[in-house]
Amino acid sequence: MTQRTLIHGVILGIFCLGFGLFLALTEWATHDAIAARALEDRQNSLGQVIPASLHDNNPVLDTLSMQDAQGHELTVYRALKAGKVTGVAYEIFGTGYAGQMKLMLGIDADGRVLGVRALSHKETPGLGDKIDVKKGDWILQFAGLALGQPPAEKWKVKKDGGQFDQFTGATITPRGVVTAIRHGLEFFAAHQAQLLEVN
Amino acid sequence: MATHYGRIIRDGLWDNNGVIVMLLGMCPTMAMTATATNGLGMGLATAVVMAASNFMVAAFRHYITREVRIPVYILIVAANVTFVDLVMNAWMHELYKVLGLFIPLIVSNCLPLARLESFASKEPILPALMDGIFMGLGFTLALTLIGAIREILGSGTLFADASLLLGPAFHFMELRLMPADMGVLMMILPPGGFLVTGLVIVGKRLLDLRAGKSIQMAGAHSV
Repeated sequence: MTQRTLIHGVILGIFCLGFGLFLALTEWATHDAIAARALEDRQNSLGQVIPASLHDNNPVLDTLSMQDAQGHELTVYRALKAGKVTGVAYEIFGTGYAGQMKLMLGIDADGRVLGVRALSHKETPGLGDKIDVKKGDWILQFAGLALGQPPAEKWKVKKDGGQFDQFTGATITPRGVVTAIRHGLEFFAAHQAQLLEVN
Repeated sequence: MATHYGRIIRDGLWDNNGVIVMLLGMCPTMAMTATATNGLGMGLATAVVMAASNFMVAAFRHYITREVRIPVYILIVAANVTFVDLVMNAWMHELYKVLGLFIPLIVSNCLPLARLESFASKEPILPALMDGIFMGLGFTLALTLIGAIREILGSGTLFADASLLLGPAFHFMELRLMPADMGVLMMILPPGGFLVTGLVIVGKRLLDLRAGKSIQMAGAHSV
């Protein structure tokens, strides 16, 4: 190693050290605020699928870690009132036109849908993005439904012989959402005892 | 080299605009101009990073040797981007939810790197800072313009959600110019980005021709 190479290495090292320290300081200063924002975000999205009247705990902090039938790691948020589980909420995953869609599903203790909201998706603007509650109220129709109501063979979009409307020009997106909700309800049915157990 | 701040400002905003003359930073230009508000937000975030990076490189220019300058530039840009990312996430969270996904893209934007290499590494601190600010504002101008055109044609709105970006006082900017279902969908999809960017470049050159200037080709006096 020549002396020049050594000098370049030292210069680069000093810059890395300096900016590393700078970023460590920034991280230290923003860490608490970022954690608080993330918690607020989750509270907001949960608040839309679990009505506040259903719980006297903070569902964001009462969680179970489970695995769904497709192998996703799930965090289940539980709403408790007077020591009993009144509802649960967890993320469900659907396959859309442009990859995975993430939704939050809220279910009450009897297995009825409390609400569904899209969390993130890359569906076509103006076509598939009507699943977003900001762009349309299609997603609201699921509230109150359950497995068996409608019957299993009707848990599909109309094009597949089911009862749910697709959008003009977009069938794949609603199909993915309906399937995801059905899977979400099946997950609840399969794990009902565990989900509702209070320890 | 004598410093001409007027020249720096004119170059950044118009004569040597990063997007519509140098054709740099095409990735954020395509990704973030489906609405004028997104373009504005992305532009301003990039301008902050560019001003800070130009300032730092100019300040350290006597210590950065030729052989390691590129890794040092990338280090400086990446550090500034991370800084902006963390600070926005913590204290401008509504804006972060709109732009957060795209802030890391600034690292891959070659416009900041180009300015560091061709300007900030050779100039004193003040002109370098000015160059960063006005190249950044020129980038903002181009992105906002392209975003506005795509948004009007594609969604029929202008500056939708501007109040999320700038605060509730700016609610008046949010205009609906025509019903949503009259929009041309293609304009807010990627092909619309290429089309509108091309048309804006043509428009800029026509204006220059009419003003009797010779057309400056991409990168002619930059890199």
